[in-house]
Amino acid sequence: MWKFIVRRLLIALPQILLLSVLVFLMAQMMPGDALSGLIDPNIDPAAIEAQRERLGLNDPWHIQYVDWITGVVTEGDLGRSFRYKMDVTEIIGQRLTNTFWLSLVTLIFTYLIAIPLGITSGRYNDTFRDQMITGYTYVGFATPLFIFALVALWILGFQFGWFPTGGSVSPGLTPGTFEYFLSRLHHLILPALSMALITTVNTVQYLRSEIIDTKQKDFIITARAKGASESRVYNRHILRNSLLPIAAFFGFEITGLIGGTIFVETIYSYPGMGQLFVESINLRDYSVVTAVVLLLGIASILGALLSDIILSLVDPRIRIK
Amino acid sequence: MDNLQKELDNKINNIEKSPSGVSIIWREIMRDKLALISLVFLLLVTTLVYGVSIFLDLDEIVKIDLFAIHEPPSSDFWLGTDYGGRDVFGQLIIGTRNSLTIGFLVTLMTGLIGVTFGLTAGFFGGHIDNIMMRVLDFFIILPFLMIVIVFVSIVPNYSIISFSLIMTAFLWMGIARLIRSKALQERELDYAQASKTLGTPRWKIMFGQVLPNVSSLIIVTMTLNLAANIGLESGLSFLGFGFPEETPSLGTLLSYARNPQTLENRWWIWMPAAILIFLLMLSVRNVGEALKRATDARQRRG
Repeated sequence: MWKFIVRRLLIALPQILLLSVLVFLMAQMMPGDALSGLIDPNIDPAAIEAQRERLGLNDPWHIQYVDWITGVVTEGDLGRSFRYKMDVTEIIGQRLTNTFWLSLVTLIFTYLIAIPLGITSGRYNDTFRDQMITGYTYVGFATPLFIFALVALWILGFQFGWFPTGGSVSPGLTPGTFEYFLSRLHHLILPALSMALITTVNTVQYLRSEIIDTKQKDFIITARAKGASESRVYNRHILRNSLLPIAAFFGFEITGLIGGTIFVETIYSYPGMGQLFVESINLRDYSVVTAVVLLLGIASILGALLSDIILSLVDPRIRIK
Repeated sequence: MDNLQKELDNKINNIEKSPSGVSIIWREIMRDKLALISLVFLLLVTTLVYGVSIFLDLDEIVKIDLFAIHEPPSSDFWLGTDYGGRDVFGQLIIGTRNSLTIGFLVTLMTGLIGVTFGLTAGFFGGHIDNIMMRVLDFFIILPFLMIVIVFVSIVPNYSIISFSLIMTAFLWMGIARLIRSKALQERELDYAQASKTLGTPRWKIMFGQVLPNVSSLIIVTMTLNLAANIGLESGLSFLGFGFPEETPSLGTLLSYARNPQTLENRWWIWMPAAILIFLLMLSVRNVGEALKRATDARQRRG
């Protein structure tokens, strides 16, 4: 067991390293550098040149990379945003909390939808109920997330006015009060639900085919032969086997969520990491862009790591190789 | 004697050939009404947009006309005009053409890279496979959307070609992984082993013998990828990191809806593009699913 985890970590570390190199090289390709937002055009070019030399901006790229990565690792120094005139870490802090809540609520919705639908569809396969659910996954697969989110915003936000059409909280509420909490939740529901309804179709279909597969296995026939009741067969024998892989995919969901939040936060103007990323790209605030890509890239590497470890815990067959 | 001959001829003529690949696919599609409708719809849309766009003057459509800003649908402008006074219906035709073209292009390029990569890794196995799979694992883990957006915004002389190249660079992994696992199975089969024993060069076995045997898988995967790529293109253009606005696509039409005014009050600008993307993706998937069944004898309906 520990051997597997160590081996898996040995794969993840070079991945993170490689990602940081890629992100650094991308940052180098971006126009402008650490000084471009700060320089007063009236300063003597020779003085600028001296400053560049002092900051190490004229060094070859691998030396600059080492400088940069030591700063990131030891001091958490991700640079300064020239638009906000603030440290990038400070800007990201607030946004990260918002995205965290959005992702959490989305995940809760995803599983709340996927598990009952998947179980119904797998248990009563080829009945009317199953056909309805399969129809939903079929349409869900063909609908791009951003189109669904747009239509949901148009209908529920603008036409019916049931949900706010932007922001993360209504203005004028004091943090910590119950109304503040309710308003946050009200702003979260529509973005989270529209993301969950589309991304969940994978899980529904997976769970369905998993249950249909397990249903025909020998140990289920044995359980029935021993006289186990139908509900016991499903709840104890089949579900246990089918739900575990779903739990393990939890880590992979993170990668999907990152892509999803870019669309959903842009459409609902929800102030999170995805929206910050798009804004910063458009305003050429590249130190923010670099930091966001690095952080979310590491998050998805760690997500995959987490999934593999959970999977190896619940399914010993994976450990053997 | 004569009768006997006739009977024999009759028998010979009536011996059933085992159906060819094309006729299996055809039969499968004819059995599946949804796939048939989808195929007809796709052919219709494709011929229409490629045919009509020859007669449309692109410069005329994307020309800014300040006297006709945000016109509602009328007999002059079937779907109204956008904030620059440009005809939305014309943009829809050209846009569908552009979206389809880029979808096909990216699908073909990712297919080419993915199949070559997967065949090489799977066929050689061992260390080569190990190293190649580590590379692939790294690409898969990258946050696709963000990396593509960054590259789109920093590439100098950004054009349609560079857009499709960037998309291809981060999209070939799915098909590569699939082909690799299939090639790993194929190379253990008798025909590949026999060929190896006879001294056939490896590349000849790979491309001349294994490739035809995985071709059905490639076709099915690429069809399903086409649907996904149309969606991805429109998503990126929607965010403003795909087609530039002068070259309309289904995504750029949808990006007008990022303006809340347009989203709320002028649905005729973005709704047709949204419906078209949905229908295109749905029908490509339908055809893909029918193809998938045709390649797997157990699932066939016909």
